[in-house]
Amino acid sequence: MNSIFVYCEVDEGKVAEVSQELLTKGRSLADELKCNLEAIAIGSNLDGIEAQIFPYGVDVLHVADDARLYPYTTNPHASIVIGLFKEEKPQIALMGASSIGRDLGPRVSSALHSGLTADCTSLVIGGHEDKKAGKVYENLLYQIRPAFGGNIIATIINPECRPQMATVREGVMKKEIRDPKYKGTLNKLDVSKYVSDVDFVVEVVSRHLEKSKINIKGAPIVVAGGYGVGSKENFKLLHELAEVLGGEVGASRAAVDAGYTEHDRQIGQTGVTVRPKLYIACGISGQVQHRAGMDESAQIISINNDPDAPINSIADYVIIGDVVEVVSKMIKFYKSNTK
Amino acid sequence: MKGLKIIVLAKQVPDTRNVGKDAMKADGTVNRAALPAIFNPEDLNALEQALEIKDQIPGTTVTILTMGPSRASEIIREGLYRGADDGVLLTDRAFAGSDTLATSYAISQAIRKIGEYDMIVAGRQAIDGDTAQVGPQVAEKLGLPQITYAEKVVAESDGKIKVTRRLENGVEDVTCPLPVLVTVTSSAPDCRTRNAKLIMKYKHALSVSETQNTSEDYIQLCNDRPYLTIREFTVNDIDTDASQLGLTGSPTKVKNIESIVLQAKEAKKMTPSDDEIDNLMKELIASHVIG
Repeated sequence: MNSIFVYCEVDEGKVAEVSQELLTKGRSLADELKCNLEAIAIGSNLDGIEAQIFPYGVDVLHVADDARLYPYTTNPHASIVIGLFKEEKPQIALMGASSIGRDLGPRVSSALHSGLTADCTSLVIGGHEDKKAGKVYENLLYQIRPAFGGNIIATIINPECRPQMATVREGVMKKEIRDPKYKGTLNKLDVSKYVSDVDFVVEVVSRHLEKSKINIKGAPIVVAGGYGVGSKENFKLLHELAEVLGGEVGASRAAVDAGYTEHDRQIGQTGVTVRPKLYIACGISGQVQHRAGMDESAQIISINNDPDAPINSIADYVIIGDVVEVVSKMIKFYKSNTK
Repeated sequence: MKGLKIIVLAKQVPDTRNVGKDAMKADGTVNRAALPAIFNPEDLNALEQALEIKDQIPGTTVTILTMGPSRASEIIREGLYRGADDGVLLTDRAFAGSDTLATSYAISQAIRKIGEYDMIVAGRQAIDGDTAQVGPQVAEKLGLPQITYAEKVVAESDGKIKVTRRLENGVEDVTCPLPVLVTVTSSAPDCRTRNAKLIMKYKHALSVSETQNTSEDYIQLCNDRPYLTIREFTVNDIDTDASQLGLTGSPTKVKNIESIVLQAKEAKKMTPSDDEIDNLMKELIASHVIG
């Protein structure tokens, strides 16, 4: 049976977390389908990179090593992946739903006319019957993802076209070494066979790594703190909750004025307006100016020691209690209920 | 520097961010009719980048291209009110059921029909699908380089553009000769608001099929003022291979849809006991709100 391929992102000599997670997932899918797991690493100075990749149970690693292949630009990486996929005909190809994978994946899928599903939250093998066409398919990749603003969960399949391509965000899958001594085959690619000069049309002038700008507006989950959080120290706990849930931290004006957090996080009439799937209001009384910036949230949890706080009237869940105690427990029980 | 021909790809989408309690039907499925149709937010960021280049380089034209049902002409008018020069509505039942690949095929063929362009600008992704695929796929089909996650696009005097890209762990500046396709992310500047004079100028702008339901006086008005007619392409106006269109041309199929049932708005009062918080987290995970 044809192989499963994972595109590995490599930056500064290190294989990205998301790629390690996908190698782990790829290995378990390969076991189920009884096929090989293969990986691709494209970049520069990749000598020895196999030591980071084989232990995930990779049977073949294809390496394209050339000074011009780092930092990542679309066309050279796409040309290599497209060329290799045409030769190797993988049945499944996985990439990180990162700024690289979400740039590369669609380009590759378009060139190969294969289906791609973005931001999958689950990948499962299963069958499918197309009653209209009278066809039965076995061992398809179910690509499961939220859609429509998170209001539905869709299972997508690619019955006819190969590879079946999917991207997955970092942190969705769990990484796990298969065997530190796992022996795979290293295949060094002749880069000039896949890439031509015209591929290097985009030139990276400068790059600097920095902390992302705060993006509360686009966050699916907002953990917001008010004056009732009590201190800058306690606000760190909100950051921890936001991080485990994959959200952002917001604040009421009172919390910003008290110096608990930065102004960019302010939600409300004079701050940002958010409409997340879930808004967790911690120690926020809920003045009308604040509510104007968040009352269209799909679900609202209010944590407050005042049972009569105005925000409770628009909340779906009201937890009467101390913010620090409740938030700590939410982190603890979220972790114990996932993975 | 000579003016550029810019095509902005835009989509009319249901406002999924604004899912109120009436947006779900009793059976838990999405009530699309209750969701307002809006200009996809990142496509507005893209339009702004195009308009800024138009401000900077005289003679630049901005054309909005959208694929959708006939009501999608609303967003072309919206774009005209904000400073776009004209628009094309790509509409046909043959496009129904398209996945991102079939969509990008139809759009790329429409762009070939429009002909000349220096730059294609689109939002990074649409909020009804969040896939971020159509931009790069259109670029591939047209053989153009692509620059995704753009926050700032500047036309340089040497015929190149310089783009600041906002990546997950930092920013990157790249240059690229024209023509090129750029997708713009939400951290780019918001789109300018409607211009009162442009509203007056374009409020009677109608697509070809919308014009057919109007009076003769109106048709006369459109004849006198050609800018009031929004161009419309059907499948017959563009050169296509039917096997690549709509559901047939879509490699991905939806096997199953599970709706997330939202509960009625009635606050559930809880105490901070271990059991209650544990149950709350389980409930939120089970309903896919978190996790």
